[in-house]
Amino acid sequence: MIIKLLGLLPFIGILVGACFFNRVTPLIFGLPVLLAWLLLWLLLTSAIMALVYWLDPANKKPTDEGRPT
Amino acid sequence: MTGSAALIILAATTIFALCLGLAARRGKDMGLEQWTVGGRGFGIVFVFLLLAGEIYTTFTFLGGSGYAYGKGAPTYYILAYGALAYVISYWMLPPIWRYANQHKLISQPDFFSAKYDSPALGVLVALVGIVALVPYLVLQFKGLGIIVELASYGAVSHTVAVWIGAIVVTIYVMVSGVHGSAWTAVLKDIAILAVVLFLGIYLPFHYYGGYGAMFTAIQTAKPGFLALPSHGQSLAWFDSTVLLTALGFFMWPHSFGSVYTAKHERVFRQNAILLPLYQLILLFVFFVGFAAILQVPGLKGGDIDLSLFYLSRKTFSPAVLGIIGGAGVLTALVPGSMIMMTGATLAVNNVYRAFRPSASEAHRMRLTRLLVPVVALVAVWFTLQGGRTIVALLLMGYSFVTQLFPSLIMSLKRENPVPREAAFAGICVGVATVAVLTLTDASLAHLFPNAPEVFQDLNIGIVALGLNVIVLAVVTLVSRAFAVRSAPAPHA
Repeated sequence: MIIKLLGLLPFIGILVGACFFNRVTPLIFGLPVLLAWLLLWLLLTSAIMALVYWLDPANKKPTDEGRPT
Repeated sequence: MTGSAALIILAATTIFALCLGLAARRGKDMGLEQWTVGGRGFGIVFVFLLLAGEIYTTFTFLGGSGYAYGKGAPTYYILAYGALAYVISYWMLPPIWRYANQHKLISQPDFFSAKYDSPALGVLVALVGIVALVPYLVLQFKGLGIIVELASYGAVSHTVAVWIGAIVVTIYVMVSGVHGSAWTAVLKDIAILAVVLFLGIYLPFHYYGGYGAMFTAIQTAKPGFLALPSHGQSLAWFDSTVLLTALGFFMWPHSFGSVYTAKHERVFRQNAILLPLYQLILLFVFFVGFAAILQVPGLKGGDIDLSLFYLSRKTFSPAVLGIIGGAGVLTALVPGSMIMMTGATLAVNNVYRAFRPSASEAHRMRLTRLLVPVVALVAVWFTLQGGRTIVALLLMGYSFVTQLFPSLIMSLKRENPVPREAAFAGICVGVATVAVLTLTDASLAHLFPNAPEVFQDLNIGIVALGLNVIVLAVVTLVSRAFAVRSAPAPHA
């Protein structure tokens, strides 16, 4: 359950977050604000999915590869 | 003759790719399963590359930079939707893979017809896939045409360039099938990574002295161009487009097909971590398009897709342009071959076979190979009609394929409440809505002049998806009501 909620975060960050950061200036690391915001969420999405992978019991069993569960 | 160096490099790249395809084929027994799903033996690296291979196509290379050049901030959607699609894929792909592997499925329509126990639904899904693949293939050909035309410095006309591109892809597919795709994907990804990083770093520094300076210059010349506008491609457009494309990402018949090539299901979960990072390359594609805004101004309409090559031609020698073009050829060749193979396979295995179940595998195999050039001809015809930008073409395809999402996701539930009639009706309504709105070029603002602007700016694909879900729900409820009254409902 918790991992599905984690999976929801990128949707909120990108779809809802865009509404609050739809502007150009001040440039962040030389990038327009909206672009920098989306970039941040690419990195966060990868980190979140790594956490999900680590928490997900489906990846704990070493022997279930290729077998329907 | 200024362009001969560029053309020679282009030709050499193409021949090399063909040889790789041939080499990959050797020693393999090319049955239908081998030809299309690679015998289900691909590990994380190849599946990663096949999935990534479809993302880094001419669409990103020329379309992404062109859209950044011509439209500005709306192009950011390309950065966003991939990440969300991978999040979805973490939960969606493993059950698809398990089921497909269990039932030895070869194509996407197989999945629908097995899950819903309805060959007719399989035919419908195949037809939707074929229709959606056409604009996707058209954009690859358009990209190849642009590359050959510009790298030849005008010696080869646009029409001839498109024909050359189409012929090369056709030969490539007929020679190698999916093994060719996977091997060339390796080569392609290295080439595109190098070229895009180089251009995305070199051009902004060369012309402006850095990213901050470049964006400041654009903001001064075109205030607000780097944020979403309040009308048209507004936030409503952005969110609806990101959602549409994220949901549709794996609904493409060829993406669905590459899911089957995996050796085990964990591959997808690992890819969900890695692929969002791979999206970072897109940033550098955008930088190229942004750098072109003030350096090669004036490209309009469908010509915005030329911006990367116009700026490259202005900046570099023909030999360097040839290398950039060579990478570009590969980005069209890999997905182009995948799309053509998928289209032909769908037409034969999922449409033709439904009407002639007695056709032998050898017969179908022959027919698939014969259909490849036919698919190419159709796409060439559409390409030469011209007009639309690469991004507009892809969004059109997405509007079609995403209509498959509701029925697919419901079919993954342990007890799917949706009967085949409802799936059929939902997909039909969604696809018909997209077809009518696209063919008539109608915008929502035009059809509903009094509706709030948030609604008017929505991507039409999302509106069609909404209708699709409503129809699916209504037909499900109605048929359940009937089933309860007449007999106890058997669970599919």
